[in-house]
Amino acid sequence: MSEKHAERQTGWLSSFFLVEFFRESLAISEVEIKKLLRDPTELFTRAVQPVLWLVIFGQVFSRVRGIPTGRVTYLAFLTPGILAQSVLFSAIFYGIAVIWERDLGIIHKLMVSPAHRTSLVLGKAVSSGFRGLVQVVIIYVLALVMGISLRWEPWAIGGVLLSVVLGSAIFSTFSLVIACIVKTRERFMGIGQILTMPLFFASNAIYPLELMPPWLRWFARFNPLTYLVDALRSLMIQGGHSVHSFGFDLVVMVSVFIVFLLTARRLYPTLIQ
Amino acid sequence: MKTYTAGISNPDDTKMPAGYSSAIETHELTRKFGDFTAVDSINLHVPSGRIFGLIGPNGAGKTTTIKMLTTLLEPTSGTAKVAGFDVHSSSKEVRKRIGYVPQMLSADGGLTAYENLMLSAKLYGMKRSDRKARVEDALNFMNLSESSNKLVKAYSGGMIRRLELAQAMLHMPSVLFLDEPTIGLDPVARRVVWERLIALRKEYGMTILITTHDMEEADRLCDEIALMHRGKITISGSPADLKTSVGTDANLDDVFVHYSGGVIEEGGNYRDVRKTRRTANRLA
Repeated sequence: MSEKHAERQTGWLSSFFLVEFFRESLAISEVEIKKLLRDPTELFTRAVQPVLWLVIFGQVFSRVRGIPTGRVTYLAFLTPGILAQSVLFSAIFYGIAVIWERDLGIIHKLMVSPAHRTSLVLGKAVSSGFRGLVQVVIIYVLALVMGISLRWEPWAIGGVLLSVVLGSAIFSTFSLVIACIVKTRERFMGIGQILTMPLFFASNAIYPLELMPPWLRWFARFNPLTYLVDALRSLMIQGGHSVHSFGFDLVVMVSVFIVFLLTARRLYPTLIQ
Repeated sequence: MKTYTAGISNPDDTKMPAGYSSAIETHELTRKFGDFTAVDSINLHVPSGRIFGLIGPNGAGKTTTIKMLTTLLEPTSGTAKVAGFDVHSSSKEVRKRIGYVPQMLSADGGLTAYENLMLSAKLYGMKRSDRKARVEDALNFMNLSESSNKLVKAYSGGMIRRLELAQAMLHMPSVLFLDEPTIGLDPVARRVVWERLIALRKEYGMTILITTHDMEEADRLCDEIALMHRGKITISGSPADLKTSVGTDANLDDVFVHYSGGVIEEGGNYRDVRKTRRTANRLA
């Protein structure tokens, strides 16, 4: 076989692999989204928390004026943080659903299929991204009602959607990793509660990093939520300021996602052993 | 016997290699969990086209054996070939050629029967143009066509089991693994499942490995049975041979008691009991 022919064949094979890989991921995410749309109760209950944070916490803290928020009001500063928070809170308990599916034997059947295990994990992450998009709609409507000036340029909205999908994918895959380690719903509930609050408070979601003591700021720099909030802050709000460029935030988030994806892919089979 | 290839991207993908007649072959297959040996050096040979029963008390190692043969669990030592491929070195090739019905009722209740099967069709790489026809054929084969657009959570236990069989046979595998497929079903539903399993073997020549605690089921369905006890195979043979080995009027219950040492309950753990109870609850 000539080298050129072999190269052509390898190229064909790799593109076939990609088609197969994404078809499997889409198949998984499609059924997850279908189930969610059939019973959207969870989407509405998830909306309660951000409403409370913005309407109660946000309004009260707007009066304090002790938090340096640059050119924007505290409420505007808080809005991207609350979107990121609702993304975190709705994705971080994804592992419980996976443990439930394991208990029902659904995961066993997926694992026995010839589908790539990474594509099974990616499919779950994509469907979590869809949940995140619903949170975007809720927060945007809420922000409009509260008179917060949002950015409506298509590329800014596109950036918000991309960041939210990526953020949801990161936290849902992280949740899957935790599920594979703790293996039971009871343990997961405990661990989930322990993880959520530190991730939220050790980030720039409700106050800028400069207000934190150095040790907490150091921790916040390793927290993916910090980069999600940072990306959202300038993309969502008129006059919003991000510490890093969108490109930098994106690279950090993609890198974190790849690490979690590969870890979850490795641990996923242990869930059923 | 029908040879069904529609819908499979490459029909050879679900078939055994040419000239290969053993559907399942294990050599000294062993699985340990720490110091505990769940499966201890078992040697199995299941010729193609047979229904093979694996029976034994709770905790005997049946489910662990199935998990190794379906590539869900790595053996600690020994080898196993399924449909002509090694479960360790060619796990993906094995997965293309097998169907699996776990002990739990595993069809997704939030989806319709059609959607459950369509998901499997996509994960098994069936061609888009053939998926619909193949799914409809499988539903038809399991007598579920009329309720194919109903959410599975509204199905009876027997219907869910038939749906799971449809899901497992959709890609026309060479070997089907069924882990206690009639557990918790009423006698009528149980018989319908048996009848469909016999039809699957007759019409498509599939090899079926079934684990069961139901001796009537083992007697009716299986060409050959192996009895597992404490991780080992204590005896194997046709149901008739096993019965003869115990006594002239013996039935498979007697065989079970005789070769598992007459111990009513010594194995199994809380997780097994919980799993079984969960399946029963879903059927209630």
